This record gives sequence, structure tokens and C-alpha cells, in this order.
Amino acid sequence: MKKFDKERVLVAVAGPVIALVAAVLLTSVVLIASGKNPFEPYRLMLEQAGYSDVQVLIVNQASLYYIAAIAVALGFRMNLFNIGVDGQYRLGAMMTAVVGAHVALPSFLQVPMLLLVGALTGAMWAGIAGVLKVTRGVSEVVATIMLNSIATSVIGYLTLTDNLGVLVGDNVTTGIMKDSGWVPGIDLGQDVGEIYGLVFLAVALGIAYWLVLNRTRFGFDLRATGESETAAAASGVNAKRMVLTAMLISGAVAGISGLPLLLGDVHTYSLSFPAGLGFTAIGIALLGRNNPGGIALAALLWAFLDKASPALDYAVPVAYEKEIATIMQGLIVFAVVISYEAVRQWGLRRQQKQVGAQLAAEAANPNAHKEVAA
Amino acid sequence: MAVELTGITKRFPGVVANHDIHLTVRKGTVHALVGENGAGKSTLMKILYGMQKPDEGSIAVDGEQVSFSSPADAIARGIGMVHQHFMLADNLTVLENVVLGSEKLHGIGGGARRTIQEISDRYGLGVRPDALVEDLGVADRQRVEILKVLYRGARTLILDEPTAVLVPQEVDALFANLRGLKSEGLSVIFISHKLGEVLSVADEITVIRRGTTVGTAAPAQTTPRQLAEMMVGSELPTPETGESTVTDRAVLEVRNLTVHARGAVSLGTEAEPAAGGLTEFAPAGEVKKVLDDVTFTIHAGEVMGIAGVEGNGQTELIDALIGTKAADSGQIVFLGEDITPWATRKRRESGIGYIPEDRHRQGLLLEAPLWENRILGHVTEAPNAKGFWLNPKGAQADTRRIVEEYDVRTPGIDVTAASLSGGNQQKLIVGREMSHDPKFLIAAHPTRGVDVGAQAQIWDRIREARREGLAVLLISADLDELIGLSDTLRVIFDGRLVADADPATITPEELGSAMTGAATGHLHHSEDSAADTAPEDEAR
Repeated sequence: MKKFDKERVLVAVAGPVIALVAAVLLTSVVLIASGKNPFEPYRLMLEQAGYSDVQVLIVNQASLYYIAAIAVALGFRMNLFNIGVDGQYRLGAMMTAVVGAHVALPSFLQVPMLLLVGALTGAMWAGIAGVLKVTRGVSEVVATIMLNSIATSVIGYLTLTDNLGVLVGDNVTTGIMKDSGWVPGIDLGQDVGEIYGLVFLAVALGIAYWLVLNRTRFGFDLRATGESETAAAASGVNAKRMVLTAMLISGAVAGISGLPLLLGDVHTYSLSFPAGLGFTAIGIALLGRNNPGGIALAALLWAFLDKASPALDYAVPVAYEKEIATIMQGLIVFAVVISYEAVRQWGLRRQQKQVGAQLAAEAANPNAHKEVAA
Repeated sequence: MAVELTGITKRFPGVVANHDIHLTVRKGTVHALVGENGAGKSTLMKILYGMQKPDEGSIAVDGEQVSFSSPADAIARGIGMVHQHFMLADNLTVLENVVLGSEKLHGIGGGARRTIQEISDRYGLGVRPDALVEDLGVADRQRVEILKVLYRGARTLILDEPTAVLVPQEVDALFANLRGLKSEGLSVIFISHKLGEVLSVADEITVIRRGTTVGTAAPAQTTPRQLAEMMVGSELPTPETGESTVTDRAVLEVRNLTVHARGAVSLGTEAEPAAGGLTEFAPAGEVKKVLDDVTFTIHAGEVMGIAGVEGNGQTELIDALIGTKAADSGQIVFLGEDITPWATRKRRESGIGYIPEDRHRQGLLLEAPLWENRILGHVTEAPNAKGFWLNPKGAQADTRRIVEEYDVRTPGIDVTAASLSGGNQQKLIVGREMSHDPKFLIAAHPTRGVDVGAQAQIWDRIREARREGLAVLLISADLDELIGLSDTLRVIFDGRLVADADPATITPEELGSAMTGAATGHLHHSEDSAADTAPEDEAR
């Protein structure tokens, strides 16, 4: 039986490895085509990863990616494509910043309260798409894309200085949050920087994600719905309720994905708050195969490409364009989608053949002890 | 010879789907291929149509040895297939559907239109090239499918269960079309398990059983009974003699159950876009009842069989009983409690077992390991769960037990359900459902596509549970299974229970005629029919 476990690991690992190798090779092809050294940029970027200040940047960035990717993965596990993570994340961060700037509770209440605000905002925003889907049959893909766009306008309106906006220099912000809502980080020294305290929230969410999906009844129903909606319905899953619940949870997680940055570093929502996190997270969730460990590796890889690539611009003697990393990220997503499907089908066929062969061998040798009895 | 198959063998993991099959189709004839569900007809036709490669044996078309590696090869050799499930784009016209993928043959404009019109006229298909497919009824769509195949130059047509979706008048029209094709020198391979139809349209009949050809027959010299015997062989289940286990304790009472067709107001069902369905014949404003005032009672220890041509309300009855489709009116009472408003999960928890009609779509998570499939449908119950949490250890241990007790042939419980053969998948489902001590079991086609060994085991399990007081609703297309297992029999036709019969005396032929709506009320095994069958018995 162990053999089939190994099989699963092989199938699980083969996909990402093939995808990454293919993406690196294709990136090298791009470099050769533009007359550059096809290997030097990788060396330069890996060198960057050796510096502890870059490492801190990578870990911090990865924590945001990780939470957002978990939100995407939750949807993926039941065949819901929550493209709206980006809108839910921005709206969640903005509302949290606004509440944090106007309410001052003691720290042990303030931080949980702010997390709750972010989660509820994200859940509400995703819930709109959920309600539309279960009552009117509107595709969640369309609804969440539109909600992203609406979120941009809502944020733009709310951050007008006539409303909640506060002008700091020439940057429109939501005002500095009360410091009881600041989450202290791990200070690694003046030159190195600080790891966000909420990195641990990301880790906790990863563990919770695994536990809920693999060890609870609810998680089983959710996965069953993703694997076969008809089988899940026959097994007693209420499809509509499941869609709505999954959408709400996904939105809640998305709503807090900006908080490590907000509560740990910038303490205000402003025009310069990073956008597009939710879209990046889709690629990360894909690369990580919706698996909490895989997503962690994918988030770190993405953050590495983000944070190690700026150095390419300043490389001596030859500078490279830092957009190489962007090209690579795009190629990874492509390669991932193709290689996963190919590996999945290959794995399924391979197992069918093996089971057939094993049973045939068993039939040929009736005295052999049945393995299941062992 | 149009087509000649010799010694075809095809093995799938753990099961031989086709074994040493011989089939000879002469030019200008309708050749019927009959056999039970799961006998291997579809596999054989997939081989002939190039969708699968045989492991052994040879295919000859017009006397020439051929080897197909895709349907395109088969089409190039003049073999075309009309699938049971139509493959048409609703939002395109007939013309567009026909030329789709074969634009090179006659273009996409006037040339194509002329050719379509010409084919339609020659074979009397009556197809209008510019009609939108979504406006067409089922029979018209089927004619479009036939035309599509002819347009691509097919000289041999494979029709897979073409009558399954048609009403009797449409069947007659189809048969007239087939005779037209025949007179033009084309050959038709007609797959069916409806003996009456086969006898009326075929020039030759090949019977396939358990994956191999067991003989050929000429319709003029064959009776339905002889055909049926060839089809099921000596494995006819012996009808239960005496020893009734029926008690007078009602387990399930269904009162005036009515379900409207999809599209009508009905709570709890998925609102799917209407484009997915076939055209509704019911005029606007009038709601078609797919289940109409159905009333019955099943007692402890009783197996009630429902006979009927597929699509007469069986699926809706199952859905209404398990709760995936809400009843529009009427009542379902289970062990004295009105469960009509209950959700599926509550019904299953309270002791309704369910062997679904389509195990791949409704009974299994194909890409999940066997032990997760053991949890499916019983996720809230021991040994699969402890309160809110899953109990993988418990589920795994119990899966091993089921594998052992129900003789599921598998190397382990961590393999995916997809890697098991159909019979073993079904044994796992039966084992799973029986493990929760159901009081009432919905068994829909419990042995469909299952090899004979597994079939006997599944029947034994159902009989065993029945002795211990299980109430069973048995829905099957296999009349012998129905007669052999049931204590009481009902016939469903057009959403209504139109007749009942005593399985101890009824014959498959009598039941078959009631399934077409020809007979209603209580079916007696009449002297007339006994006299009819007597000479056949002698002939045997």
C-alpha cells in the first residue's frame, strides 16, 4: 500500500518540478533571443537571496501572498474561481485601516477586532458574488471580476478627503492607525529589518486550512463538491449553501491578506498600498497545487523573484532588466497549468494499469495472500 | 461484406470487456447488435469507430484489413456513428452543425446547403438546413445526427441505442428512414436491448453476452423469448420460490407524489440554464409532470420492483425519494415520519441507503482513494466521523473490512476509485450502503455494467438484507433481475404507476408490453399468453 503513497508523492511533485524547469528553460530562451547571457541573471538573483535583509523582505512579502493564495485555493478546492481576491483584499485592508484610525481599544482587543473587520469586509464583498451565484446563477468569475472594479471605485470614493481620506504630503491616506493596533514584528537589527508579526497568522491559517479540509466533515463536503458536484449532492451536500459558505470563507481570508503589511509596517491605507496581490495569488495557488505546503513554497518563490530581481538593474559589469522575473512568473503559470493536467492524466492512467496488472498477477496466483487482509 | 470483425478482444484493468467477438455485417442490411447493459456492446462499437484499439483481432471494411487509431480514420473508411447523446451545438443552424469540422467537403455555403438538401431528400430525412437546432425536437435532432454522418460519406452507420429517447411514433419514422438507407445500399449497425424493435427492423441479429458473441439469428425465425434467453444465457435468476419475507410493517409510504419538469417552479433544485435540456414538447404555460400522482407502500422485508422504459420518471422518483429534487406535491413517509421536507443528508442519516443509477456521476469520487469514497454519503456517521471531525483511521479500517467482505478486487484502499473495474466499484458502493444498516434501500440498476460474478454477489446481498427486514425499491432495465428479485412489481409509464404484477407468475414479455403503456391495472398471467408461449416452449 505504501507503493501508492509514493506514487501520489511522485505525481504531486512531478507537476511543479516539470513546470519550473520548463519555465527556467523558456526564460533562458528569451534571454538568448535578446542577446543576453542565459544563466547570469539566475546567479545574480540567487546571490541576492543570500543577504539577510532581502530574506526578510521575501518572508514578509510571502506572508501576504500566502494568505491571499489560501483564499484562492479554498475556492479552487470546490471549483469556485474567486478572481475577486484582489478587491476583497484591498477593501478589507482599507476598512481595517479606517477603523484602526478611529477606534482605540487596548491592544489585546484592538488587534483581534481589526482582523475581524478585515475578514468581515472581505467576506461581505465575496458574499455578494456568492449570493448572486446561488440565487441568480451568475458565474462567480464574472461577478468577482466586476466586484474588483467596483471595489476600486468604492475605495476611491471613500478615500476622498471629503469622506474618510486624510492628506499626508501629496498622498491620500486613511489616516495613521492608533498604535494599539500596531502588531510588533521581530526586529533582526538595524541593517536587516523586521519580520512582520502577522507572518505567524499566515502560518496559522495554513495549518487551519489543512485541518479544516482534511480532517473535518465540512472539509470533506467541500472537497467532494469540488471533485464531483453530482456525487456530492447525492451524498447529501447542499450545493447552494456550500457555494455560499465557501465564498464567504474565501472572502474572509482574502480580507485579511493585506493585514501583515498594514498592521506591521505602513499603518495606513494609501494610494501606494500594493494592488494586484489577489491576481498574483491565483498563480501561487495554482503552482502550490492548493496544498498548504506547496502554496508556502510557491509564495516564497514568487516573493524571491519579486525581491531579488530589482538588483538585476544595478548589476555590474552588465545590467539586466528586472522584468526577467516577471517573464518568468508568467511562464511558470503557463507551464504549471499544462504540466499539471498532463501529469494528472498520466498518473491516473498509470495507476489504472498498475491495479490491472496487480490484480491479474493475483488472479494468476490464487495462493498469494491478499494484501488487504494484511 | 460491409464490415467484418474477427476475434476482437479488449481488456481493461481487471476486466475483459470484449472477448473473441465475431461480427459480420452485409451490405445493404440493418444488423442489430443486442445484449444487456454492460455486455460489451459499447466497447465493441468504440473499437469499430476507432475510439479504442482492440488488443487482439482484426477489422475488415469492404473486405480490406484496416486499423483505426481515431474516429477520423473510421470516417475516412465510411464508418459513421450516431451517439446516444447528441453532439450538436444548440445555438447553430442545422447547416452549421453539419458542416462543422468538415468545411473542406462542400464548403460552408451554397454547396453545403445543396448537398444537405440532396441527402435529406434522397433518404427522406426531411431536414431543413436553416432551422436552429435549439428549435428542434429530439427526433429531428437525431435525423440531423444521421445526416451529419451521411454528409461525411459514411456507408456504414452505427446507431447506439437510437430509440431510447424516442416515442413510439418517432421510432416508426426512424425505422422508415433506416429502410430508406438500406435500399440505397448502406449498412446500419443498430445497437439495442429492446427485443421487439430489433425483431421488427433488423435483417440479422448478433447477440452479445458477457463480452462475447453468443450467436446470430434471423428475425423471421426467432421469438423475443429465444432472443432474451440468448441474451441472458443460463444466468437467469431463479424467481424466488415461496419463502416470502414481506411483513405488514410499512417502511416507506409514498402518497400522491408529483414532480414537475425542470423549468417549472420547484424548490431545492439547481436552476440550470434551459439551453442544456432537450426541447420541451409541452406548450408554454402547461407544466409537464414527470411524476404524476405516484402512490405506493413498501414494507419491511419487501423488494418492490419498478419496471419501465428509461426516461418515464424513474430518475425523478429516485431524486424525490433521496431528496435531491423536491416534491411539488404529495408526501413521503418513512417509518411513520413525514420526510418530504427533509434534506438529503438527514434522509441518509436516518436510514435510507442509496445505490445511484450512475455510479460515476453520483456514487463515487473517481479521483479520490477508496477510503474517501467509503466516507462519501456517510460523512456524519461512525466510523467516518467523530463529531465535527473526520476519522480517517476508522474509515480506512472499515474500508478494508468492506473490501474483504464484499470481495472488492483491489490491491489496496489507497488506489483511486477510477482504477477499479465497474463491478468492483459497484461492490464498494453496495458495501458502503449496507454498512449503515439501512431500513430502506434505493437500488437503481444495482448490477448495470457489472460482470456476472459480481452481479450474483450483489443480488445475494440484497436478498440477505431483505430477510433481515430491509425494504428495497428496485429500479432496473433488466426485466429478469426485476422479476427474480422483487416481491411486488409496478410498471411506470409517463410518470405514472400504470400497472402492477405478481413476479411469481408474470413473464418478461407481459411486463414488456405493459412498459409501453399497452396494458394497465393488475397484470394477470393470462391463459392467452400462456397459449402463445407454449409452442415456443416446445420449439425449445
